[in-house]
Amino acid sequence: MEHAHAAATAAVHTVTYLRWIVFLPLIGVLFNLFVAPRTGRRGVNLVAPGVILGAFLVALTAFFDLKELAPGSALVDSVYPWITAGELHIDFALRVDALSAVMILIVTGVGFLIHVYSTGYMAHDEDFARFFTYLNLFTASMLLLVLGENLALLFVGWEGVGLCSYLLIGFWYTDPEKAKAGNKAFIVNRIGDAGFLLGMFLLFWTLGEQGIWTLSFSEIQTNIDKLAVMPSVITAICLLLFVGATGKSAQIPLFVWLPDAMAGPTPVSALIHAATMVTAGIYMMARLHFLYTLSPDALSIIAWVGAATAFFAATIGFAQTDIKKVLAYSTVSQLGYMVLGVGVGAYGAGVFHLMTHAFFKALLFLGAGSVIHGMHEEQDIRKMGGLLKRMPITGWTFLIGCVAIAGVPGLSGHYSKDLILEEAYGKSILLYVVGTVGAGMTAFYMFRLFFVTFWKETRASHEMTHHIHESPWTMTLPLVILAGLSIIGGWHFVFPVSQWLEPIFGGHHPHVPAIIQFMPTVMGFLGIALAYMMYGRKANPAEGMEEPLDAWHKGALHKWYIDEMYDAVIVRPMTALADGLWKVIDVKVIDATVNDTAQVTGIFGGALRLWQTGNVQNYAMSFLIGAMAIFGLGYYLW
Amino acid sequence: MILPEVNWAAVMPSVILTVVGITVLCWELWMKEQDRKYLAWLSLAGVAGAALFSYTLWGRNESAFNGMLALDAYALFFNLIICLATGMTVLMSRHYVENNELPAGEYYALLLFAAVGMMLMAAATDLIVIFLGLETMSMAVYVLTGIRRQNVKANEAALKYFLLGAFASGFFLYGVALVYGVTGSVKLGEVATYISTHFSDGAGSPMLLAGMVLLIVGFGFKVAAAPFHAWAPDVYEGAPTTITAFMAVGVKAAAFASFVRVFLLSFGALHGQWEAILWALAVLTMIVGNLTALVQDNIKRMLAYSSIAHAGYLLVAMVAGGELGGAALMYYLVAYGLMNLGAFAIVVAVGKKGEPNEEFNDYAGLGFRYPGLAMMMTIFMLSLTGIPPLVGFTGKFYVFSAAVKAGYIWLAVIGVLNSVVSAYYYIRVVVTMYMQEGEKQVEPLSTRPALATAIVAATVGTIMVGVLPAKPMALARHSFASLQKPAQTASSTPKKDQAATSTPTATAPSKTPHH
Repeated sequence: MEHAHAAATAAVHTVTYLRWIVFLPLIGVLFNLFVAPRTGRRGVNLVAPGVILGAFLVALTAFFDLKELAPGSALVDSVYPWITAGELHIDFALRVDALSAVMILIVTGVGFLIHVYSTGYMAHDEDFARFFTYLNLFTASMLLLVLGENLALLFVGWEGVGLCSYLLIGFWYTDPEKAKAGNKAFIVNRIGDAGFLLGMFLLFWTLGEQGIWTLSFSEIQTNIDKLAVMPSVITAICLLLFVGATGKSAQIPLFVWLPDAMAGPTPVSALIHAATMVTAGIYMMARLHFLYTLSPDALSIIAWVGAATAFFAATIGFAQTDIKKVLAYSTVSQLGYMVLGVGVGAYGAGVFHLMTHAFFKALLFLGAGSVIHGMHEEQDIRKMGGLLKRMPITGWTFLIGCVAIAGVPGLSGHYSKDLILEEAYGKSILLYVVGTVGAGMTAFYMFRLFFVTFWKETRASHEMTHHIHESPWTMTLPLVILAGLSIIGGWHFVFPVSQWLEPIFGGHHPHVPAIIQFMPTVMGFLGIALAYMMYGRKANPAEGMEEPLDAWHKGALHKWYIDEMYDAVIVRPMTALADGLWKVIDVKVIDATVNDTAQVTGIFGGALRLWQTGNVQNYAMSFLIGAMAIFGLGYYLW
Repeated sequence: MILPEVNWAAVMPSVILTVVGITVLCWELWMKEQDRKYLAWLSLAGVAGAALFSYTLWGRNESAFNGMLALDAYALFFNLIICLATGMTVLMSRHYVENNELPAGEYYALLLFAAVGMMLMAAATDLIVIFLGLETMSMAVYVLTGIRRQNVKANEAALKYFLLGAFASGFFLYGVALVYGVTGSVKLGEVATYISTHFSDGAGSPMLLAGMVLLIVGFGFKVAAAPFHAWAPDVYEGAPTTITAFMAVGVKAAAFASFVRVFLLSFGALHGQWEAILWALAVLTMIVGNLTALVQDNIKRMLAYSSIAHAGYLLVAMVAGGELGGAALMYYLVAYGLMNLGAFAIVVAVGKKGEPNEEFNDYAGLGFRYPGLAMMMTIFMLSLTGIPPLVGFTGKFYVFSAAVKAGYIWLAVIGVLNSVVSAYYYIRVVVTMYMQEGEKQVEPLSTRPALATAIVAATVGTIMVGVLPAKPMALARHSFASLQKPAQTASSTPKKDQAATSTPTATAPSKTPHH
């Protein structure tokens, strides 16, 4: 608790410029909606990334301002009083502290690179203005999510990013498959949101019972002692909010939407479904760390869900042959590591991994996008191969991404992942083992992907081979920058993330044996070596990938039939219930009566007939039964 | 013999609407075919006048006509909602009436008369006057429902609505009779005083409770709460779309206005008796509304079930009660009105004469043929779902936090889960518009200025009232507070210590009303 106390005494500085971090992307939205039809592509290409660059510069200013202040300080910008209900006052207030400073830099920084990349990627799409409208709106929502000073404002951003994600997944609406994916994302996330809302209301009510009506993070933290006496309620709040996180951050059991979300344009996958939005759940829990710390039960459930997701998604990653699907399951798996970090109380390590992952996963996705662009929308890695020679920048930067995610020392992924695993070891050896095995699996499937896609000779058709080309500079420059970040992002002397976050989360570094420290790295190298033996040495790495082999392989390929199970257990019963309810309670009369009445000439005849078909009587009867039921209820109660 | 004490100010908005309504009716008789459009503008001017007058009355808190009507902020707030609903309906109707060759004079006049009934309901502090308002409103709406005389569905709807409405009125009147039988008065203030003195334990007597239940049934019908909702989908589907919008927003608002006034004012002391009933009704209404909306293929029908579900959320606010619950209910009605009027206006825009285009399939591909229209429809659907920062979210936030604050945790939980289910059918509209290829090319009338004005106004309202909810909420709180401390009606009722001695028939004469 002492660090919480320290945060409370640290200074809070009022500023008025933070709002521009959110407003600038919103200006971009308005521009794309109303002005873009006049300016055309050129205007959009300038303004859409421009506003994000502007937001990045403001975020940098905030970062350096914050750096000047004492550790644990924050900058707050109260824009206006938003909701007042009785004693509850919710301000539209934005807050930058060490945690949100990291987040806004990631969102605007990586976001800007992806916007630039998109100007190249969408160069041939007619609908670029709509695309950038959504992309800017997404960025604004994501920034609101991380800047919001209270849970309600966070929720506004939370829903906003979900909406934009949904709109962008279904961006190419002409494809029913993609529309379905968008729909799925929306609905699965609504389930998560229900958990979030319930958790928020429960927190609101529990604090209210103590006489404190607030949703503001700083006020909740100040009054956290009052909650500490109710451990079971806290566990309930934490778990309900975690349900929200499993939706947004694609954890078991709500992860099913994310792989399908790959239907959207690839820059979207990079920005939303890898670098930023999917980390919202981790951010939310880190933001509420003072609450989660109070519930060891909730934390251990979270840790296990995270570890299980990390492992489980990695097994699916083994069998996928779609370049984006591999990356999608890899994202689910990496998010599992971050959740594991939160679950073992290593919030700083979780956020650290969030950052490095944002760099290398955005890089990998953008690389995949470059490949898809160069291969004319081909996504099947079995039809690729040999691309390192034809697309050297894409290939080499992709390799850097793979090395970073595999946990090779010297690159960013190594530091953040190892930190999480060391902290996990401090809690439970089993969590550590699952995570470490998962690390080896990650290295294996990532290098499988690399070898099959970039190594040896191309398997594309002769005609296609001619057309393969390196992408334009707008696409390769972001790749190079992200590759650089993927390398240096974990270096302590460049930006000591864990140390920077210490005033918020507190610092505690478990001492672990050397063998424990080295094991993940060893596993990583093993995975790479195995991938090389199985795929890298063959003349045709894709050999034998044509048809599923055994039951295990088939199961992994079909995602262990999770979608089918959900459909049978949840979707169909629900539809049947709704259908039944409609038919039983609301006797389907319209069809019957209209068909009947149509045969009867004359309105009066129809009217009379209505009486005789008994429908009005049915209604009146239901009415009467309702009234009787109320009397019955009254009788029971009184 | 007490001479009626006339307070023109209290009824002035209704008088304006009545006079304009009669003028519309008469003027149409000798007006040229092509001049009919002026009827719409005249009606709109009347509504604007009534709204403006209501606005100038703001701040007054007095009773009129021997305690039959109240002129308080509560009534005025509802006057504004009613004017909003009526005005928007007129805007939507301008071309709809023309295209569907509806009798313009009767149409607009009936619309205004219905609004008069609504205003009467909102202001009435006397059960008989409430009934009067209820019937004035209902009669007009029955006729409007069936105003497309050649349409079988419309006829069926009107007849059903009328028959069931009459049935419900029977329940309501019987309830009034029982309440009168016990308390010896139909004046809300006096009923309240009687109950708080004679049933200070909050238990009530069987007859009184029976009367109360019958009133719940009557109001439950008008607000379309389950299990008294069965009429709503048929009627909403059969009625002209403009009238459906009017019913969904105006009728519901007026019915809730007097529902809340009666129950929080007269039966406030019996809160413990009716909260469980309304709790059950709220839950049932939300569940039935949301689940049945899932399987609809007709947009009007879907919106009908959706409006049933929203009645459920409003009941949640009513159960929560207190200043916060009441204010949340009023805010929610505004929110609901804005987004629903907008959604219906779009249904009007997409429809054509002889080709209603009300099926989901008719909306396929609207997103890329009419991006502006589809975007606004998306905003309404998202708002109805409760996505922030739109008004639907803020409304639900107020309602559920009022329920939570009042300790109705489970009610809030059920409400939140229901709103999750609702996402499915609202988003289906968006999916259909943006992600499906249309089979036929629907040509909306969106370029018509009146209709476009209505849609844009609803959009702006849906966004702005959601982003800046503080002011409307403060107004709602202020208005609801005026209900909590009833005006000088109290001066005409016996004081608590005298009430025990006063016999039911001997109503104390009113003192000079304050102005």
